Amino acid sequence: MIEFIQRMIDLAVRYHTLFLNGIRYTVVLALVGTACGLLIGLVIGGLRAISKQMEINDTALTRIIKKIIDIVTYIYITVVRGTPMMVQGMLLWFGYFQGAGWNALAAGCLIISVNTGAYMAEIIRSGIMGIDKGQSEGARSIGLSAWQTMRLIVLPQALKNSIPSIVNELIVNIKDSCVLSVMMIPELFFQAETIAGTTLKVTETYTLLLVLYLIMTSLAAWLMGIVEKKINHRKSNYFSSQTVAEGE
Amino acid sequence: MEHVIEIKHLAKSFGTQKVLNDINFVVDKGEVVTIIGQSGSGKSTMLRCINLLEVPDAGEIYVNGKSIYEGNINKHRSEVGMVFQSFNLFDNKTVLENCVLGQVKVLKRNKHEAIEIAHKYLKKVGMDEFADKPSTQLSGGQKQRVAIARSLCMDCQVILFDEPTSALDPITVDEVLNVMKKLAEEGLTMVVVTHEMAFAKDVSDRVVFMENGVIVEEGRPEQLFVNPQTDSLRRFLGRYLNQQTA
Repeated sequence: MIEFIQRMIDLAVRYHTLFLNGIRYTVVLALVGTACGLLIGLVIGGLRAISKQMEINDTALTRIIKKIIDIVTYIYITVVRGTPMMVQGMLLWFGYFQGAGWNALAAGCLIISVNTGAYMAEIIRSGIMGIDKGQSEGARSIGLSAWQTMRLIVLPQALKNSIPSIVNELIVNIKDSCVLSVMMIPELFFQAETIAGTTLKVTETYTLLLVLYLIMTSLAAWLMGIVEKKINHRKSNYFSSQTVAEGE
Repeated sequence: MEHVIEIKHLAKSFGTQKVLNDINFVVDKGEVVTIIGQSGSGKSTMLRCINLLEVPDAGEIYVNGKSIYEGNINKHRSEVGMVFQSFNLFDNKTVLENCVLGQVKVLKRNKHEAIEIAHKYLKKVGMDEFADKPSTQLSGGQKQRVAIARSLCMDCQVILFDEPTSALDPITVDEVLNVMKKLAEEGLTMVVVTHEMAFAKDVSDRVVFMENGVIVEEGRPEQLFVNPQTDSLRRFLGRYLNQQTA
C-alpha cells in the first residue's frame, strides 16, 4: 500500500508539467462551459417561459414566433441533452471543426457550452417556476413588457435560487470534460492516458487522476459555497434586518 | 362627467364556473368606489379584468374612453395602478428601485427625475426613510405603503386596490388605510375591493355590493349601509355587525 502511494507520488512529481497542463485545459473547459452554458440557459430558459404564456393582444405573428421559439428550444434541449457529449464531440470534430481548421480547445468549449446550456435552460426554467406569480403580476401591472419582467424581475431571482444546481453543473463539467479528450484536447484525462501508456503504471496513474479530479471538484464546491453565502447575505437577510429588530 | 372606467356586459368564467355575469359599472374621475361582497363573489376578478391580469370572456372595458383591447397593453397597464393583497413588491430590488424601475423603463423618464418623484411619493406614504432598504426587509404594512407609492409614481389615472389590507394584522391595517384615506381626500380615483366596512362607510363615495358574479346593489354608503334594499346585502351586513359585537 505504501509502495503504491510512493509510486503515485513519483509519477506526480515526474510528470507534473503534463498534469498541470492537463488541469489547465480541464479548468478552462469547465469554467467556459459553465459560464457560457449559464448564459445560454438564461436566454433559452427565459424565452421558453415567455413563449408559453399567451397574451391577450398578441398578434398572429407574435403567436407564430412564440410557437417557433417553443419548438426550436424544445428540439435543442431534447437533442443536446438526449445524446452523449462524447459522440457529439467526435461527430462535430471529425465531421466539421477539424476540417474547418478550428482550434480543438475552442471547439471543445463550444460543445461543452452548448451541452451545459441545454441543462441550464431547464434549471433556469424550474427556477422561474419557483418564483411567486405575484412578482410578474406586479411588474406587468406597472406596464413592464413580458421580456422586461423576465429580465429585470424574474430571472435575477430565479438565478439566485438556482445557484445550487448551477454549482452541480460546474462539478459535472469538471469531470465530464474528460470525454472531450476524444477531440484531441490535451486536458487532464488525455494527459493521464498518455502517461499511463508511456509508463504502463495504469492503476497508479488513474488512481492519481481520481484524486486530482476529487481535489478540483471539492475546491470548486467549496469556493462556490462561499460565493453563494455572499450572495445570500447581501440581500434579503430577514433576520439581520433592522426592521425586525425595531419592530420586536 | 368623464368616466375613468366604464365596464359593459363583462363576463368571465373559470372552466364551467361563471365568476362574472353581465357586469355594468362606471367610475368617475375623483370617485372612490369600494366593492364589497363575500369571498368568491367575483370582486377581485372584476378588478383584475380592468388591467387584463385576467382576460374577460365577453364585454367591453374602457379606461379614459379608450377600449383596453386597443393599443399597447403595457401602456394601458401603466395608466391603471394596481395594489395587491400580497403586495408584490419586487423582491430583488430596494424600496427606491421598486418605485424607479417602472418610471425609467415604461415612462422613459430620466433616472434623476424618477428618483426625485419616487422620493416625493415615498414621503407621502411615510416610507422615505426606508428608501435604500431591500423590499424583503419590510413589514407587511410598510410593503403595502411602498406598493402604493410605486403605483403613484406611474402617474396613473386610477388605482385599483385588491384587498390591500387582507394580509395585514389589525394594527398595520390602519397605517395602510390612513394612507388610502389621504389619497382619497386629495382626489385620486380609486376602486377598492375590501372587507374593511369602516373604510367603505367613511371614505368611499359609492359602494358596490357583489354576489355570485353580479352587482346586486350599489349606491352611496349611508344609503347602502343604513337602508339595504336586498335580502342578500342585509344578510351580508348582518354577519359583519355580528362579528363586531361578538
